Amino acid sequence: MTDETQFDRIIDRYEKTEESLLAILQDFQREFHYVPEEGIRRLSEMMEVPESKIYAMGTFYKALSLTPRGRHTVRVCTGTACHLKGAPQILETLERELKVKRNGTTTDGEFTLECVNCVGACAMAPVTLIDEEYHGQTRSSKIMDIVKKQVGS
Amino acid sequence: MGAINSIEQLEAYRQEIAAGVKADLPTVLVCFGTGCQANGARPVAEAFSDIIEEQGLELNVNIGIKTTGCHGYCENGPLVALQPQGILYLKVRPEDVAEIVEESIKGGRIVERLIYRDKTTSEMIAEYSEIPFYKHQHRIALRHIGNIDPASIDDYILAGGYAALAKALRMKPDDIITEIEDSGLRGRGGGGFPAGTKWRSCVAVQSDARYVLCNGDEGDPGAFMDRSIMEGDPHSVIEGMIIGAIAVDAHRGYIYVRDEYPLAVRNLNSALEAAREKGLLGENILGSGFAFDIRISRGGGAFVCGESSALMRSVGGEVGEPRAKYIRSVERGLYDKPTVLNNVETWTNVPEIIVKGAEWYAGMGTEGSKGTKVFSLVGKVNNTGLVEVPMGISIRELVEDIGGGILNGKRFKAVQTGGPSGGCIPERMADLPIDFDSLTEAGSMMGSGGIIVMDEETCMVDVAKYFINFLVEESCGKCTPCRDGLPRMLDLLTDITEGRGGEEHVAMLEELCDLLTWGALCGLGTSAANPVLSTIKYFRDEYDAHIRDKKCPAGVCKALITYSIDAEACTGCRLCAKNCPQECITGKRKEAHVIDTEKCIKCGVCRDVCTFDAVRIS
Repeated sequence: MTDETQFDRIIDRYEKTEESLLAILQDFQREFHYVPEEGIRRLSEMMEVPESKIYAMGTFYKALSLTPRGRHTVRVCTGTACHLKGAPQILETLERELKVKRNGTTTDGEFTLECVNCVGACAMAPVTLIDEEYHGQTRSSKIMDIVKKQVGS
Repeated sequence: MGAINSIEQLEAYRQEIAAGVKADLPTVLVCFGTGCQANGARPVAEAFSDIIEEQGLELNVNIGIKTTGCHGYCENGPLVALQPQGILYLKVRPEDVAEIVEESIKGGRIVERLIYRDKTTSEMIAEYSEIPFYKHQHRIALRHIGNIDPASIDDYILAGGYAALAKALRMKPDDIITEIEDSGLRGRGGGGFPAGTKWRSCVAVQSDARYVLCNGDEGDPGAFMDRSIMEGDPHSVIEGMIIGAIAVDAHRGYIYVRDEYPLAVRNLNSALEAAREKGLLGENILGSGFAFDIRISRGGGAFVCGESSALMRSVGGEVGEPRAKYIRSVERGLYDKPTVLNNVETWTNVPEIIVKGAEWYAGMGTEGSKGTKVFSLVGKVNNTGLVEVPMGISIRELVEDIGGGILNGKRFKAVQTGGPSGGCIPERMADLPIDFDSLTEAGSMMGSGGIIVMDEETCMVDVAKYFINFLVEESCGKCTPCRDGLPRMLDLLTDITEGRGGEEHVAMLEELCDLLTWGALCGLGTSAANPVLSTIKYFRDEYDAHIRDKKCPAGVCKALITYSIDAEACTGCRLCAKNCPQECITGKRKEAHVIDTEKCIKCGVCRDVCTFDAVRIS
């Protein structure tokens, strides 16, 4: 699906040291919505680092995913303030309505549903992020309207 | 102008900026913190720009629109402040902008519907500094936030920025350390280790290289002061780090920022760039010959990376697993070199201490905890946001005077401090002065300063379960007590919340807590007992209610509650019936409705939509 130049373009932005590995993997994640196996291979070649090490990072860091994500990501903040103010109900509603469990992707590839520990917007709890957009003071009864409105489906 | 080559040139440059500022001209400050942006600050700022252009106001009034960092009062965003009058408008919408320009900027009047109104006294207050939320605050770490444009280094310099660096360059490194030691500054990231002592230990180690690190991996859920500082006043962190580097003779530094804070990364990066251009960072800082530069390292969404040894591994491009700390990181840290790691809020305090002196700083706070602390006051409280107050303020003052009391007039039950490493402190202990030592003594900890307020509708067993679940997910899996002990604790807590708990469950929890405290490798595991032990200690009655009576007094634990509709309060509006995903609410229009408890999945949608508060939990 992707040729090597796409990976090289990202890798070339950084110094060829191990310090850059995580940043490069994050850029892969942003660009492709996951870290493709070919990307790991290419990165391993270019940086002269074993694939196993890069794979270990891919499984350790939550921000990285080794399987493709949906076109849109819905992230429910489950920080303490959000938890107290109804995040569990919002998460449940999304699981039920989107027919997907947390960290899963809908069968049509449209949505990935995730939880995030805290986005640091606690004063607006409960917070839900749809792609990069923050929605504060969300309620379980309104969350699907917000999703539909932003995504336009 | 290009690089500034000497301390004298820096002062001259500051004068030059000051000369270009016409102090009496109105300035509009639109808060651009994450909270206000989420509430729609961008369209508001654009509306100001449009109207100013449209009316050609810049020619005669020259309104400077600055987009600032987070004011901390996020709940009421988007916030717009007008200077020099010091008026603060809350919840401003783009359609309000024309009126603000007409009435306030041109006419000098106040738009009453946009100002603060006290929820209890209904008093209306227009001045920023008089609003109770701000009135009790003493801002040192947050000194510039909301007043300067984080994208403008000139703004920071005009506000006195980099004067501390100039002073530090003229000091002996040893004297800088002494100043920090004498100030009593303790690390604001959680542990509260004296910053000066850390610096001195780092210098004491012979080495060819040292590093200075900033921990911006603000992982405690419920705390967001570091985000606000990195977004709103990035130069103060950078300046603090340069001073630290001079003190310990380091030439490279790293700021480790959470992946969840994209705006902080952006603002820090542009601040670093600007500082380099001005010669404040790089090969020859202010012509002194001292070289130091900073890189940003983005975290990968792993809570454990806030732990010092894990963070250092992550910066080095490794999996962020902690190591046993027989040797401290000031001796062997990043790349096995002596390393000073302080958190964002700690670094921000450094320039202010250098400029105003250790004595000034040590004059605030308590015996063991000097200075001020930023708290994020969140949860079930009326005014939520960031507040900076002297150490030693009581929990009650924070919650009632600044926070304006509990939301919806409910009963104040507890506060949770210190994130997953901290604990819950009950209302009856609310007169406790907040400092590092008193919180630890009470079975919690300061952590990074999150104060999560809980009311009668918060179940303390559920809170303990919440934190253990959090830690189960975040445990890196390296040591057995943490990897295997936490899931067992979660099983026990789940049993209790689902009505399967017996008396032995609490005893087993206590045993596991002991095991983790003494057996786990790093702080994540050794402090994991706090949320459980503190709730058992102060809220044993709630555990007993779940175990003996199979009841959740707060009405949170799903397995132990049922939903019903109060026939007296129900107006038969059908809203709940229409929204019920199970379609298990029946009743005719204008008649009381009934929930079929067999089919009910306890999702809470009916209670959420009911405008008459008729849905009851028992």
